[in-house]
Amino acid sequence: MDFTLSKEHDMVRTLFKDFAENEVKPLAQEIDEQHRFPRETVDKMAKYGFMGIPVPKEYGGQGADTLAYAMCVEELSKVCGTTGVIVSAHTSLCIDPILTFGTEEQKQKYVVPLAKGEKLGAFGLTEPGAGTDAQGQQTKAVLDGDEWVLNGSKCFITNGKEADVYVIFAVTGKVEKRGRIMKEISAFIVEKGTPGFTFGTKENKMGICASSTYELIFTDCRIPKENLLGAQGKGFNIAMHTLDGGRIGIASQALGLAEGALETTINYVKERKQFGKAIGAFQNTQFQLADMATKVEAAKMLVYKAARKKDEYKKDPKVSYSVEAAMAKLYAAEVAMEVTTKCVQLHGGYGYIKEYDVERMMRDAKITEIYEGTSEVQRMVISAALLK
Amino acid sequence: MKVVVCIKQVPDTKGGVSFNPDGTLNRAAMLAIMNPDDKAGLEAALRLKDQYGAEVTVLTMGLPKATDVLREALAMGADKAVLVTDRVLGGADTWATSTTIAGALRNLEYDLVITGRQAIDGDTAQVGPQIAEHLGLPVISYAQDIKIDGDKVIVERLYDDRYHVLEAKMPCLITALAELNEPRYMTPGGIFDAFQAEITTWGRADLKDVEDGNLGLNGSPTKIAKASDKVRKGAGEKVVPDSPEDAVAYIIGKLDEKHVI
Repeated sequence: MDFTLSKEHDMVRTLFKDFAENEVKPLAQEIDEQHRFPRETVDKMAKYGFMGIPVPKEYGGQGADTLAYAMCVEELSKVCGTTGVIVSAHTSLCIDPILTFGTEEQKQKYVVPLAKGEKLGAFGLTEPGAGTDAQGQQTKAVLDGDEWVLNGSKCFITNGKEADVYVIFAVTGKVEKRGRIMKEISAFIVEKGTPGFTFGTKENKMGICASSTYELIFTDCRIPKENLLGAQGKGFNIAMHTLDGGRIGIASQALGLAEGALETTINYVKERKQFGKAIGAFQNTQFQLADMATKVEAAKMLVYKAARKKDEYKKDPKVSYSVEAAMAKLYAAEVAMEVTTKCVQLHGGYGYIKEYDVERMMRDAKITEIYEGTSEVQRMVISAALLK
Repeated sequence: MKVVVCIKQVPDTKGGVSFNPDGTLNRAAMLAIMNPDDKAGLEAALRLKDQYGAEVTVLTMGLPKATDVLREALAMGADKAVLVTDRVLGGADTWATSTTIAGALRNLEYDLVITGRQAIDGDTAQVGPQIAEHLGLPVISYAQDIKIDGDKVIVERLYDDRYHVLEAKMPCLITALAELNEPRYMTPGGIFDAFQAEITTWGRADLKDVEDGNLGLNGSPTKIAKASDKVRKGAGEKVVPDSPEDAVAYIIGKLDEKHVI
């Protein structure tokens, strides 16, 4: 067991940290207040290869590992949770399933421009009636000649409307499983601009305000037959596999939010004086900081371990990382919520004001307990493995 | 076109400076970075690469740890890296440093040699021009803009209140200002590749046409006799002048006394 990072990972962290400080932090407050998607940052990240970190070079990526990717999302989220999730949804939820389940043609056509950052990706699974119960899909896809015809809608889609390529799930029929009639779900690649594919409501969210969250609407949307991703009827497995990886991304985002809030607060309590001394000199402050730093470190170990496990899986598909990913996301998200809340408290009245970063971090943290599987879903995944 | 960029690993003065008990810099305790002027010089070379397909080699003299800045340069897009390291080269002043680097450069092909204007640790701004002298190259210092026109470089050389536009035939040496450009970031893939890349390492024996008497501490005409920390400023004094004119006269007098103006 080795807890020291390699020199490569040290240097890659320096890169992400410098980029986040210089390019992302100056925009964080403004884009949050204006609910504005930071397209200019995405373009810069594309230029430096941040949009395809764990993707092999032959598919336009950087050929780096999952740990480097997790560190990227972590460092971005330290200063801006929105920028972190843009990279995460694009990489984990759109590129990964096409790279894992796509044909060579699909990889060349979609993964290459996505990994280069020439195109942005999104993932459409959730529907108004199918959140945690992902089997409750209503969107349908029917094969008509050489085309699939999609009808239905998706909600809460990250990078919605901004993205060019969407991995979409739809019901393609019914199958009998252990005597029960179940829906057969399949995955598809749908491009923005396809006739019959439009965008509905833009969600007005509590946090990650600059991320673009949209409803997707499919009305007789016809896509080529070859845009079926993986085998017909394997959609549910593709979705679950994808979310396992996505959870590492969200865990990294949560970790970054907690670290960012803690760093900001450490600086604040050294400067802010009450009763004639810095508030960091009071034992209540000190013990709170100690507890938070310890939990953040524990979360970091879980996140990095899950990322490492995914790298092992890439070499040996028999390795499973779904429990590690669930534990990392569950714990990091809950730590992010707790730490950011306490950091607002340590800032006192100023922490409640928007000029100070911690209130944004607290609002951003809450979503990490909900999306890409709620904390409760993570507990279901973990306990199912324990009681197997 | 071939460009060699001379870069130096320096302590990050933003991270605070610390001294050993004997007055020398405690380099081990300080964060190390690529010297900012050198980084601008490297960026200028990489832009020549983007524009004209130049081959960019980075060269540094230092401890084995200095490979870190070479890897950083490779991760930014440099093609080759050379480390010049040897025990006998330690303690060099600008003369011994420039003879060493010139000795290494004689082994390389180049149309253009780029160095930084000065390193933020020694602050002398001597090494670039001295290398040019040893190699018999024209030198253009304080470059804020570099263009190529056939076999010539056209460079804007910055002064306090103006710039000169100079033209020189290649090969020549240019010293770059940090103001020259905004250096690019590394790429994640570039970093992982940089750690796989081979770094050419040269010692004393690889330096061409250099005498022992011009190397390292023994070959340095100057010696640092003493290094001391800046004296801490005491508490400020409060003065209540009689009139605004008196206040101005007092402030001007103080600034003059401290050689600020």
